Amino acid sequence: MQGYIVRRFLALIPTLIFASFIVFITVRLIPGNIIELMLSQNDVSASKQTRDQLEAALGLDTPIYIQYFKWMAGLLQGDLGKSLWTNTPVMEEILYRLPITFQLGMMALLVSLLVGIPIGVYAALKQDTVGDYLLRTLSILMLAIPGFWVGTLVMVFPAMWWGWSPSVRFVTFSQDPWGNFVQLLIPALILGKAFSAIIMRLTRTLMLEVLRQDYIRTARAKGLSVSTIVIRHALRNALIPVVTLVGLQAPLLFGGAVILEQIFVIPGMGLLLLEAVGTRDYPTITGVFLVIGVAVVIINLLVDLSYGFLDPKVRNR
Amino acid sequence: MTKPLLQVRNLTTRFGHGLGSVTAVNNVSFDVNAGETVAIVGESGSGKSITALSILRLVPEPPGKIVGGEILFDGLDLTKLPEEEMRAIRGNRIAMIFQEPMTSLNPSLTIGLQIAEPINLHMKMPWQKAYDKAKQLLDRVRMPDAKSRLSSHPHQFSGGMRQRIMIAMALACQPKLIIADEPTTALDVTVQAQILELLKELTRETGSSLILITHDLGVVARYADRVCVMYGGKIIETASAHDLYARPLHPYTRGLMASIPRLDQPPGVRLVPIKGQPPNLAQLPPGCSFNPRCGEVIDRCRRDVPELMHADEKHLHACWTSPHV
Repeated sequence: MQGYIVRRFLALIPTLIFASFIVFITVRLIPGNIIELMLSQNDVSASKQTRDQLEAALGLDTPIYIQYFKWMAGLLQGDLGKSLWTNTPVMEEILYRLPITFQLGMMALLVSLLVGIPIGVYAALKQDTVGDYLLRTLSILMLAIPGFWVGTLVMVFPAMWWGWSPSVRFVTFSQDPWGNFVQLLIPALILGKAFSAIIMRLTRTLMLEVLRQDYIRTARAKGLSVSTIVIRHALRNALIPVVTLVGLQAPLLFGGAVILEQIFVIPGMGLLLLEAVGTRDYPTITGVFLVIGVAVVIINLLVDLSYGFLDPKVRNR
Repeated sequence: MTKPLLQVRNLTTRFGHGLGSVTAVNNVSFDVNAGETVAIVGESGSGKSITALSILRLVPEPPGKIVGGEILFDGLDLTKLPEEEMRAIRGNRIAMIFQEPMTSLNPSLTIGLQIAEPINLHMKMPWQKAYDKAKQLLDRVRMPDAKSRLSSHPHQFSGGMRQRIMIAMALACQPKLIIADEPTTALDVTVQAQILELLKELTRETGSSLILITHDLGVVARYADRVCVMYGGKIIETASAHDLYARPLHPYTRGLMASIPRLDQPPGVRLVPIKGQPPNLAQLPPGCSFNPRCGEVIDRCRRDVPELMHADEKHLHACWTSPHV
C-alpha cells in the first residue's frame, strides 16, 4: 500500500511538469502584456528604452525557455517567484489564500454530500411518487441555474428589500470562527448547489440499481428494517461511483470558487487568480495553477485510496 | 393428528392489474408438516419461486401482490400480518436460501457480519456473541477454518462455499421452516450433492421443515417426503415422493419423468421431451393449461379447468383423463 502511494506521487511529477509548461507558455500568450499595463498606468508614451529597462528589470527580456528553466530552478527550492507588481513572494500570497479557498471548497463539498445523498436515497425509495418527481425537478432546476446569477441575486436583493447584504469584510477563521463560518456559508451553499443536484441524481440511480440486487432480497429475507437495509447493505455499494464523481468534480468546484469569490469578495485563490490574470502577473498565475494541479492530483489519489475502504475486492488486491 | 406447521390455502399472487395482469400463483394450496421436506417442482415460470416469495411476503410490490388466500403459519395468517410483525418472522422463524449464491451475499460486507446479523436482530444477542455463534454455524456447515473466515468477503469463496454460508445464515435463528429456492441450480454437480446432503442433515438435526424448490426430479426423489408439481401457476399433482414416482397421474408429471436421462435405461432408448413451450401466463389457454402440449388431451380438457381431485387420501391430481376422475 505504501509502495502504491509512493508510486502515485512519483507519477505526479511528469504530470505537473507538463502542466506547468503549458501554463507558463499560455499565460504569456494572453493578448496585452504586462509592460504595456504598467506603463499605461504611469506614462503612456514611454520610450523604447524605458520599455527595455522595465523588461529587463522584470526578467522578461530573456527567451521564454530560459525564463522557464529559471522558474523551475526556483521551484525546486520551493520558490514560485515574486509578484511582478507587489514584489511579494508568490508562495507567501498563496499560502495565505489557499486555506480560505480550501475551506470554501470543503464546505461546498460537505453541503452537496449532506444534501445530495439523503435526498437521492429518499427519491430512490419513493421511486415514481410525487415526492420523487418533485425532487428530480428541483435537482434539474439547481443544475440549470448558474451559481454566479444566484450569487448576484443574494448580493443585490436583500440589500434592496431589507437593507441587508452579506458582509464584504472578510473575517478569517482565527479571528472569529463562527463569523467566518457564517460568512462562507452562503457562497458554499451556492457553490455546492449544482454539485448536490448531480450527487442526488447519481445516488438515486445507483440506489435503484443496488436495491434490485439479490443481496438486498437476502437482507429483506433476514427480517431487517428498511433503514438497516439502506444504511448497512445498500449505501456502501451505491457510494463507490459517487466517490469517483467527487474526484472528478473537485476541479470544477474550484472553477466555481473563482467566480463566487469575486462576487462575495472572499480573498481566496480564485480572487487571486482573477486579479493576476487581469494584471498579467505571470508568476502568480503560474503559481496558482501549479497549486491547483497538485491539489487535484492529491484529491484523486485520496479518491483512489478510498475505494479500498469501500470495496473489499480492491483492498485485497 | 397434529396441525401442519404451514398451511397454504388458495394462495393467489398477481403481477400488474387490469388486462395486462399475470396470475403467477393461481389458487395454490398445500401443507407442510413439522420436520417434513416438501418439494415444489416445475419448469421456469411455473410459479414455484413466486409461491416461496409469497410465503415470506417478499414479492416485489408493486407490481406483485398477494390477491387472495391464506398462509397459516403456527396459527398466524401471514397474508394479514402487519409488515413489522412479518419482519420478526423473516430470518427468525422462516428462513430462505436463494438460488444464486454468487449474488445473494452482499459483496462489501464480511460474511461474519452477514451471518451474525439475524442473530443480533432476532435473538437480541450483542455483536460479539453473535459473531461467536456465527463461527459455530460455519463449523456446522463444515467451513474449514471458520474463525478466520469470518472476516472474509464473499468474493473470496467458491459458489459451493457461498451456498454453505447462505445455509449457515438460514440456520442462524433455528427457524421452524426453511425455504430453499433452487439452492443447487447454480452449482457444479459434485457440489450439488454435498449441499443437499448438508441441508438434509442439518434440517433433520434441528427438526426444521424444508420447502425445497427445484426443477430436478432426481433431487426430489432423494430428499423430499412429499412433492407438489406446479404448472402454469397451479399445483397439478401432489403426492408422497414415493407414490409420485410409482404412479404419476398427470401427463405433465409423466412427461417430466420421461425427459430425465437415466443410466439404468438400455442404450438407444430415446428421451421423450415434453413438446411445446411453457405457457405464457398472460394468455393461458381455456380449460387445462397443459392441454396444448398434452398427448392425451380430450375435449373436456379444452373446456373445463380441472381442480385438484383425490386419487386416494394422499395423492391429488388435476387431470380429466386420469382413471380416478
